[in-house]
Amino acid sequence: MADKIQFDLVSPERLLLSEPVDMVTLPGTEGDFGVLAGHAPVLSTLRPGIIDVKGLSSGDMRIFVRGGFAEVNPDKVVVLAEEAIPLAELDAAVLDQRIQNTEEDLAAAKSDAEHDRIASNLTDLKQLRAAL
Amino acid sequence: MPSLKTFRNRIASVKATRKITRAMQMVAASKLKRAQDAAQAARPYAEKMASVISGLAGSMANNPGAPVLLSGSGKDVVHLVIVATADRGLCGGFNTNIVRKARQHIEMLLREGKQVKIFCVGRKGRDQLKRNYNHLIIDTVELAGVKRIGFSNAAQIGRMVLDLYSAGEFDVATIFYARFKSVISQEPIGQKLIPAAIETSATPQTGAVYDYEPDEGEILAELLPRNVSIQIFRALLENAASEQGARMSAMDSATRNAADVINRLTLQYNRQRQAMITKELIEIISGAEAL
Repeated sequence: MADKIQFDLVSPERLLLSEPVDMVTLPGTEGDFGVLAGHAPVLSTLRPGIIDVKGLSSGDMRIFVRGGFAEVNPDKVVVLAEEAIPLAELDAAVLDQRIQNTEEDLAAAKSDAEHDRIASNLTDLKQLRAAL
Repeated sequence: MPSLKTFRNRIASVKATRKITRAMQMVAASKLKRAQDAAQAARPYAEKMASVISGLAGSMANNPGAPVLLSGSGKDVVHLVIVATADRGLCGGFNTNIVRKARQHIEMLLREGKQVKIFCVGRKGRDQLKRNYNHLIIDTVELAGVKRIGFSNAAQIGRMVLDLYSAGEFDVATIFYARFKSVISQEPIGQKLIPAAIETSATPQTGAVYDYEPDEGEILAELLPRNVSIQIFRALLENAASEQGARMSAMDSATRNAADVINRLTLQYNRQRQAMITKELIEIISGAEAL
């Protein structure tokens, strides 16, 4: 494998992960994209979905994030996520609960923009639920 | 003249108080450590967020399409004052200092003819502000039951603030909290939350030109509401650390004061005892002389 890229996963409460990895696949708002070392600088928002990390010292890892954004530099990826859960720890019940909450949010949405945003979150969550 | 028994009782009661204050001091010391760690751990996210936003805001600030959270609502009539204090007392001047700072700000705004709304985080601040500004307080959030302040607490407050903002309830928001400088010094400060106070750096630190996905405006619109929650979160964490620091030094001086009081009372007690012995002796001797 070629050079490694530094991957930082940061939540508001703490630094969750900071390690060189081979490749990261991020769920961008406008589509998933993979990042290898030497990637062009990108700033992207993330939709709720799964980050696929390959080549950690502890092997591969899949992490669920509930939105956030990513900053990509040629030698570094920084993901700021409000919530990140390793997929291994995520089960269907939690996700169902999350979907239910989002549906409630949707019903309570005030503006059209807010409605649209929550609706797209909901679709993402449902897709994820189906994939699990 | 108080009897010996009252002295003994008072000494015992002050000793009990000293035990309590000493225990509180030690508890505060260990909580302080945890609060400081939490504040430290939250720093990378907040810093990253700030640097990304300042990079974006530089290009967006004068743009007519800039998000309202950045440019403001264009008015300066209604001010929201968020006062973050502790839920518990016994921490020296901590709560009072924050409230005093906030009160100065409120008085200034009222003098300028602005409308003020107060949003309290923490019970103590509300209790103190209720006396003069009860009609201005619109809401209170208590964090008494929360052991460790999580981002969800801050996000909840952030959402409430943003809802108020999008409903046009206020134009400018300022949050008051105590910045943690050191264990013995906490500085109450007011920080502008909306419109976002951002140091715009002329040159991006990285020097790299980013591709934006989606475009800059949309990213900024996504980030700014989050930034509000982050700033609140940061304020709450700083506040938590400051509270424990203030409590620690307050309890330290209370413990020392209790020791002083005990010494003084013990001295008085011994004098009194001696005086009584002397009195009895005089009585016996004068009785014997009279025979």
